[in-house]
Amino acid sequence: MEQFTGKVWVLGDDIDTDIIIPTEYLALPTVEDMKQYGFSPLRPELAGQIGEGDIIVAGKNFGCGSSREQAPEIIKALKVRCVIAKSYARIFFRNSINNGLLLIENSEIQNVVKEGDMLTVNVGESLVHDGQSYAIRSLPDNLMDILNAGGLVKAMQKKNGVI
Amino acid sequence: MGMTLGEKIIARAAGVSSVKPNDIHTVTLDRMMSNDGTTHLTVDMYHNKLKNPRIADKDKVVFIMDHNVPAENPKTAEAHKKMRNFAKENGIKLYEGQGVCHQIMMEDYVCPGELIFGADSHTTTYGALGAFGTGVGCTDFLYAMTTGTSWVMVPETLRFNLHGQLREGVYARDLILTIIGDIGANGANYKIMEFAGDGASNLSIDERIVLCNLTVEAGAKAGIVEPDEKVVAYCKERGRKAEFMFKSDEDAQFAAVYDYDLSKIEPVVVRPDFVDNFDTLANVSKEKIAIDQAFVGSCNNGRLCDLRAAAEVVKGKKIADTVRFIVAPASNEVYIEALKEGVITTLMEAGAMIMNANCSVCWGSCQGVIGENEVLISTGTRNFKGRSGHPSSKVYMASAATVAASAVAGYITGVESVK
Repeated sequence: MEQFTGKVWVLGDDIDTDIIIPTEYLALPTVEDMKQYGFSPLRPELAGQIGEGDIIVAGKNFGCGSSREQAPEIIKALKVRCVIAKSYARIFFRNSINNGLLLIENSEIQNVVKEGDMLTVNVGESLVHDGQSYAIRSLPDNLMDILNAGGLVKAMQKKNGVI
Repeated sequence: MGMTLGEKIIARAAGVSSVKPNDIHTVTLDRMMSNDGTTHLTVDMYHNKLKNPRIADKDKVVFIMDHNVPAENPKTAEAHKKMRNFAKENGIKLYEGQGVCHQIMMEDYVCPGELIFGADSHTTTYGALGAFGTGVGCTDFLYAMTTGTSWVMVPETLRFNLHGQLREGVYARDLILTIIGDIGANGANYKIMEFAGDGASNLSIDERIVLCNLTVEAGAKAGIVEPDEKVVAYCKERGRKAEFMFKSDEDAQFAAVYDYDLSKIEPVVVRPDFVDNFDTLANVSKEKIAIDQAFVGSCNNGRLCDLRAAAEVVKGKKIADTVRFIVAPASNEVYIEALKEGVITTLMEAGAMIMNANCSVCWGSCQGVIGENEVLISTGTRNFKGRSGHPSSKVYMASAATVAASAVAGYITGVESVK
């Protein structure tokens, strides 16, 4: 089982894809160019402060809105290790798995964690904060296969060389 | 156990006799649509990431430029060039400047019972003709285009039984915004929203489009109206066959059932910055909220009936001199009809700016972007923070009639107050 510990950034409910990356920056050539504007309508300072291995903790319906795949790509480009939310919008969920971004569903951790806290994740098993453990579920096997391969394209190449 | 309408579509696409919620199936897609919002990214991945790039069936793939059309800066122009060249090289049908992708798909492609992937969240629109349309990102699209297949997890279905008729001056837009306000912005997350009953049959295809298009704003994977003779007629008129007219079985299992009496729906206004921040027009109009811009258009509300409703309100009047009123027909077919009927003339005489058929203000990156602290009332699909311009700007959502009335008054109000 994989385990990691990261610093927490706290966001609210209904974090939409226009907040994760506003439309006006989508024409920039690469995700690397775009990432400095991640979450800018809500937290302009966030993209500059977030660091490698950090964890985003949010409320319900994370990633609602557009099908723009730049949304999970930017979170990955900011080197966020995983997102923990009460629930995810479905297109964002699929796009994240397809891009190898780990998403965890949990509705308890929001009540105890503060921004800047450290949180340990035991993938598929638990979240540990301040000595307390909170159970999490594992994703279905077919999704874990995609995630572990580093995204859909790599998973399919690995599996059968189709594409 | 019986199946729901959506489950039957997935079973057909998976080539199996029955499916149930949470099953994962490999499906063959009937069609795939991608627009200029992300096609350039798909093309890049196609060229750079695949070992054996190929297209399973080019005739099932449609490319539509609608988000930044015509191009407004050199970067967009480059993205368009990439899309245009790829379509040409691979024999993919390309539409450029002919309308918003979902409207084009309705006019030229969608048939009942089909399973369609679109690289755009509002692909749920296709349920207006009894099809299962769902939005995907560009990696899913790439995989679908390359293999002709994808995987889907069978969603649960929410059934909405609609009864009766909408009153005069109340629109399908008011109905779906009410439903989203009731169930919330994730009230149908991962689920199918199925609409049936005499109230659903009473709705025109254009009204059904409004309903299905916005189901994604409640998180739905698909929104589908039970197809009837109006669907058959729509397809026939356009030279298409309505072969797979699925209905939910009597003993189908729904995750929840809702009943709506359409005669009780009121005109609504959704406040910023969340699609479920619902209120009645009666309440909001008391505040006389001043607006800087009004917009009628988008895949949700840019069809002939919407333009007509707006024109009827502004006929013989002038838009308030503090307001920019922007109108973008959903397609050239709509635009030409509106020209023939004199609808465009009426709107222009009142002071509206008419844009070419495209996503326009709703997309928030090419035309009619709003500035710091500005207020927009819109028939667009979303009112997220900064959706149509500066992060401090505000977007209110309402029907075309309410938007037009507000454009005349200069503040958010209903049709009655500008008569």
